[in-house]
Amino acid sequence: MSTRTVENHLSDRARDERRLGWRLAGPAFVIMILVTFYPILQAVYTSLFKYRLTDPDQREFVFLRNYGIILTDPLWWRAFGTTTLITVVTVVVELVLGFAIALAMEKVIYGRGLLRTIVLIPYSIITVVSAFSWFYAFATDTGFVDPLLNKLSFGLFPADFDWFGGFWSAMVPICISEIWKTTPFMSLLLLAGLTQIDSAMEEAAVVDGATWGERLRKVILPNMKSQIMVALLFRTLDAFRIFDNIFIMTAGSHDTSSLSLVAYNQTISRTEVGLGSAVSVLLFCCVVIIAMIFVKGFRVDLAGGRK
Amino acid sequence: MNREMSGSQKFWQIVASVAIIVYTVVPLLWILNMSLKSTADRADGKFWAHNPTLENYQLIFTGGAKDLFLPALRNSIVVAIAATLIAVILATFCAYAIARLDFPGKRLILGTALTVSFFPVISLVTPLFDLWRRIHLFDTIPGLILPYLVLTLPLSIWTLSAFFQQIPWEMEQAAQVDGATSWEAFRKVIVPLAAPGVFTTAIIAFFTAWNDFVFAMSLTSDHARTVPAALAFFTGASQFESPTGAICAAGVVVTIPVVLLVLFFQRQIVSGLTSGAVKG
Repeated sequence: MSTRTVENHLSDRARDERRLGWRLAGPAFVIMILVTFYPILQAVYTSLFKYRLTDPDQREFVFLRNYGIILTDPLWWRAFGTTTLITVVTVVVELVLGFAIALAMEKVIYGRGLLRTIVLIPYSIITVVSAFSWFYAFATDTGFVDPLLNKLSFGLFPADFDWFGGFWSAMVPICISEIWKTTPFMSLLLLAGLTQIDSAMEEAAVVDGATWGERLRKVILPNMKSQIMVALLFRTLDAFRIFDNIFIMTAGSHDTSSLSLVAYNQTISRTEVGLGSAVSVLLFCCVVIIAMIFVKGFRVDLAGGRK
Repeated sequence: MNREMSGSQKFWQIVASVAIIVYTVVPLLWILNMSLKSTADRADGKFWAHNPTLENYQLIFTGGAKDLFLPALRNSIVVAIAATLIAVILATFCAYAIARLDFPGKRLILGTALTVSFFPVISLVTPLFDLWRRIHLFDTIPGLILPYLVLTLPLSIWTLSAFFQQIPWEMEQAAQVDGATSWEAFRKVIVPLAAPGVFTTAIIAFFTAWNDFVFAMSLTSDHARTVPAALAFFTGASQFESPTGAICAAGVVVTIPVVLLVLFFQRQIVSGLTSGAVKG
């Protein structure tokens, strides 16, 4: 009721503005909803059925049994562990590396423009191409990594080490490729935070005789906490959906499958649409939980950074 | 900061810059060198191609891998450009409304855009795969453009809203007071101010669409396959000896134009990427 009275008080002009606002913003909004929320709801529905694409007549309502099958399958938990491992390792390394690069981009005087330009190169390369490049670099036959390590270690490192032959060794190129490709984004976000810090505050700390480590801990980091958290959130959610690098390098062999790869294999390779939908829904829930932990737990204010 | 740099500071700065540049450039140089190596040289364990040859490029443009690569290149260009244009046009209207008009639901729209950009894309693949097969959108160009909007639209809305909020819109009225018609004021004042933002958004959206692998792998087979997915299938197709050379050459071909674009518009891209994510 009260909204109606408010509405009556609105001038024609304000009402026109509202209508125009939704008319302009509406199409983009509706398309976003249609292409994401509709499919995810469809996935929730389909996940309640035993349903194989090649055998649509056998479709059968099983309620939550698909979820039971997945959550008791060690395959899911192994992929969950792998995905978490990759996410934690890459995000931590990227944070340190990205911060170092951001500091360099801010402080370096000679060739700063060149540095800022060249740092964008990994960002502009297709992930699949980056994956192939690192794959061929580490491969036993074509690679230069094994001969190089062999030479640097005076022959201690085997010249034909098979990086993709085991879980832990395969994680190395997978993580390196992921880190290489996405560090620029991290360092740009951190640079935006760094340049915001009042340089007078840093100067004052220098005058007071603070060492570099003290300045970093007491002035720089606390003042860019919100940028760091936003960058971490963005990259964590992105790393959690890792697919391209693993698909190209190992295709999931030696337990290197990520959750995205498990979902892909269920649906596309095995056409188990019901099970695949359940995996998709679970993966979606994981992402929601991660986002909640960041927003509630670490109090990341995504809107607060904006005016 | 105008402090004089000491010699050692200068030295360490140069060391840091060189280290960063090497780290950034090595994989790109590596795949370029791989693409220039002949089949015989490929396993020589060396970084540089000592006898550079263009045979791998011949393979993908005129040789055995032509039928795999050229249609994929065409598909990639069509799909990425279409997904970019649609997203940028819709997002321009949307961001204009958010920046200039007062209406309820602004936060809802921005919040939705943010949520959508966090979506695990693979979660959309299963339902879309099922639906696309039923309504015959599987393996078609529109069947790829539509999901690509999931990637390009939210990002365009955020980046453009951030750009538009910085435009001094009152200049439009000022121009009108000075005697310009509203169309002139829009064309001569607002368009030049808004164009860089729209253009930058378009580049970033294009990259995102150009980079996609998940949708391309899942929602296409022969007709609508784009380059990233085709690269993965080079491996399976054994019409030619080893696909390595062809993959590297194709990788270089799809990378170089984009790298040039980035190097050329570096400043705008940096501001676009960061304003979309954190607004300082």
